Amino acid sequence: MNKRSSWSLPYLVFLILFVVLPLILIAVYAFQDSQGHFSFQNFVHFAQQPEAVSTFLYSIEIALITTILCIALGYPAAYILSTPSLNRSAVTIILFILPMWVNMLVRTLATVALFDFIHIPLGEGALIFGMVYNFLPFMIYPIYNTLLKMDNSYIEAAEDLGASPSQVFWKVTLPLSMPGVWSGVLMVFMPTISTFAISELLTMNKVKLFGTVIQENINNGLWNYGSALGLIMLVIIGITTAITNGKDKMDAEKGGII
Amino acid sequence: MANNDVIIKIEHLSKSFDDKKVLNDINLEVRRGEFVTLLGPSGCGKTTLLRILAGFIASDEGTVSLDGKDLLGVPPYRRPLNTVFQRYALFPHLDVYDNIAFGLKLQNVPEDEIDERVRKVLKMVVMSDYEERDVESLSGGQQQRVAIARALINQPKVLLLDEPLAALDLKMRKDMQIELKEMHRKLGITFIYVTHDQEEALTLSDTIVVMNGGKIQQIGTPADIYNEPVNSFVADFIGESNILNGTMLSDRRVNFIGHDFDCVDEGFGENVPVDVVIRPEDIYIMNNTEKTQFTGTVNSCTFKGVHYEMFVDTDEGFEMQIQDYNAFEPGSHVGLIIKPSDIQVMHKERTCNTIKGRVIDAGHVELMGTSFECDAHDFEPDSEVEARIDFDKIDLLDDKEDGTLTGEVGFILYKGDHYHLTICIDEKSANYLYVDTNDVWDKCDMVGVRILPEDIHLGRPKAAPLGKAEGLEAIP
Amino acid sequence: MKKLLAQTYIWILLVLLYAPIVIIAVFSFTEAKVLGNWTGFSTKLYSSLFSGGVNGSLLRAIENTLSIGIIAAVCSTILGTIAAIGIFNLTSRKKHIMYFLNDIPMLNPDIITGISLFILFVTFSVTQGYITVVIAHITFCTPYVVLSVMPRLKQMNPNTYEAALDLGATPFQALWKVIIPEIRPGMVSGMLLAFTLSIDDFAVTLFTKGNQGLETLSTYIYADARKGGLTPELRPLSTIIFVTVLLLLIIINLRSTKTQGQGSKKH
Repeated sequence: MNKRSSWSLPYLVFLILFVVLPLILIAVYAFQDSQGHFSFQNFVHFAQQPEAVSTFLYSIEIALITTILCIALGYPAAYILSTPSLNRSAVTIILFILPMWVNMLVRTLATVALFDFIHIPLGEGALIFGMVYNFLPFMIYPIYNTLLKMDNSYIEAAEDLGASPSQVFWKVTLPLSMPGVWSGVLMVFMPTISTFAISELLTMNKVKLFGTVIQENINNGLWNYGSALGLIMLVIIGITTAITNGKDKMDAEKGGII
Repeated sequence: MANNDVIIKIEHLSKSFDDKKVLNDINLEVRRGEFVTLLGPSGCGKTTLLRILAGFIASDEGTVSLDGKDLLGVPPYRRPLNTVFQRYALFPHLDVYDNIAFGLKLQNVPEDEIDERVRKVLKMVVMSDYEERDVESLSGGQQQRVAIARALINQPKVLLLDEPLAALDLKMRKDMQIELKEMHRKLGITFIYVTHDQEEALTLSDTIVVMNGGKIQQIGTPADIYNEPVNSFVADFIGESNILNGTMLSDRRVNFIGHDFDCVDEGFGENVPVDVVIRPEDIYIMNNTEKTQFTGTVNSCTFKGVHYEMFVDTDEGFEMQIQDYNAFEPGSHVGLIIKPSDIQVMHKERTCNTIKGRVIDAGHVELMGTSFECDAHDFEPDSEVEARIDFDKIDLLDDKEDGTLTGEVGFILYKGDHYHLTICIDEKSANYLYVDTNDVWDKCDMVGVRILPEDIHLGRPKAAPLGKAEGLEAIP
Repeated sequence: MKKLLAQTYIWILLVLLYAPIVIIAVFSFTEAKVLGNWTGFSTKLYSSLFSGGVNGSLLRAIENTLSIGIIAAVCSTILGTIAAIGIFNLTSRKKHIMYFLNDIPMLNPDIITGISLFILFVTFSVTQGYITVVIAHITFCTPYVVLSVMPRLKQMNPNTYEAALDLGATPFQALWKVIIPEIRPGMVSGMLLAFTLSIDDFAVTLFTKGNQGLETLSTYIYADARKGGLTPELRPLSTIIFVTVLLLLIIINLRSTKTQGQGSKKH
């Protein structure tokens, strides 16, 4: 039966060829100048360009704002949707998930159309609204899921031990739903930090995000510099993943103790 | 036993998983038509043995033959044996009929014959009319019947049953036991049955094979196993018992709990330490304290349905478990008698810990991979030695950081006035320590182990490499 | 009172979420080039969409999107299912390595997957086009197939495979008659997920489609939007996509509640 373990080999080869190798190539290109010699030139170049650095920081800022807004709007929604006494219809959650299934660019276009229609100028405000609009379902769904799966006996136990409804929420429900929040953060922060099409469409190319900068450099044949920027983004992604993973585990352990 | 009666013959079978020996030199013969039960605690190797028979795993050493033909190397789908799995393993995407017909369809048996055979076997397991049912809609007991039917329809020479009743509730289990026994009688094929439930084994089997630590402890009829356990493990595992340290004074004379008793065992020699087993129902208890063999005070008395279970502290300070139809008030002074034929005397497997080791320097020796302080100036550094440590000279500590070694409490045996514990130091290399203690520990407690330097007695190793074999023996 | 407040909040969010879609749907029934101008009811945009009014390029993009989605979904389902069975049987250390590798494409943002594959193809001078897009889509779809098949394998009673062997099935028969039927729901949901991911993809396609004129719906919209004016036919198209998804989800949902109902009856 264990011979079947060899069935993972084709996929392993595939992953090495189309996932690992390309990532290694990005790193290799990032540390090469245009002549193919090893150098830190690309990173120096990045650090010396105030415009590039500020775009980078601006992208992080936008991603953070979007994520926080998504939590602020999404958590109450997920809580309401998962509480039987507040919402008895299972259809409502589907209405929230539904937009996730529509092409992202179509959705963005729709937002542009909306702003156009009510004569709101495209720009930073529109960008953030568009991002929240695009990614809110990705925040609601994981939180909704953890809340729904949460064992009701924790809440009953807390009530039994004398916790008031608000104490139950702050001391039991919220801590136990944190894994859902963290996976929501991962699902919102990652795409927002790396997006480029949404920002271009929503701001008529007035606001540049880091993703756009990477895309432009690659498009213009500056592969080494583009790779270096890509590598910087990978580091940000890596850190975010590590943080959320760590939090996830911590919360899981806490849950275990409770 | 005529040789042609043997259907399955297992010789010197061994199997390790990740260096851990789960089966160690198993030898077993199963006769045609016999109901054999492999009985033991979880992890004793019984299921592994069954799975080797079914062909799901390969053995490391040894042979298995069926009707004189070697079975090893034959893939499971060509073996004339069928298995009833613990959690049934019915195919959830097929209905009852298709589950049962699965094997026949693979053999391309004609439709109408399949039909007929499925109906017949369904009738046998009292599941007619259930043909079209979805298997997941059946109760546990019904699923088990389908699983049995599915295995039997292929007319196997041997039916292997892996704890088939473990997932059922008590009442259902009792009913199924009777039905299984009846089925076995009707079909006349060989059943090999795995269970950890000693009562089930005693009820069903023609022959019980008691296993522990990858080894066969005892093979015998249910009555043999119950009445004459060969060692303290079997005695403790099967039924309730008082297991006590004793000394064989001479033939038919044994001393334990501070008294001399007549018994029926011979040939142990004189003044030999032994284990003594007394079943709780074999101790006669009475209010009259004269003319009894020994006396004690009732500590507790609990009604158990048919009988009362009492714990009596003897005047010498031993605790005895006693079952009787009459209740005796706690606090009352009672007289006790044991008949010679009810005293089961067993050889002790060991009288102290014997561990192979290596001298580090004059003051240190390495045992079980750890350095211990002790007097070793009689030995060359780096020479092989054998350390002997008495059971009661090993301290167990709550905080595992405090000891020289860390171990896990394994088998616990109550010996009337103290506990005899098996401490597993390292399962992989089968390092066990045996400890006598008055403290109460629970199975799976992690403990620190401390041994004082003066309690480690070193000696030259004997010619035969006994050190490890000792550890590998049955865990008690 | 609390419930009323909660419901109000939910419905405000929903109205905000759906407002753009509703506007697009409404203005798909008028002819005006610029969105927001109502020039009377008309289905001209719909008919021009299907008659290939935009030089047929929009229709071709839709065709490409669908065919790439189908090929990528089928290939990644086959690759992912085989991989999942293999990974399931690995020892735990190797299993962790495979899980880790499997996670990378899912955690990688699209843009990184896109440029890394772009650089791979450029480095080895592979001409980019339809094939490279399909490969790229298989790359980011397969991990999801593995993840949706794996729970089915884990749920499976480990003895069922052995039971099949025990009853005389060869390992291949056991796989085909027992394992595949049991993991089929996982394969189906994996394939659906792969298909939706593929047709929804934009960034990865953009970087791997080459410069020979291959467009999918996403890249078409992007190019169109960058040119400034949005093709009016996109309005009926978005409406159609949305209504299709809506209907599909309603059907799937009705079916699953129905089977759930049956399930609960059984227990």
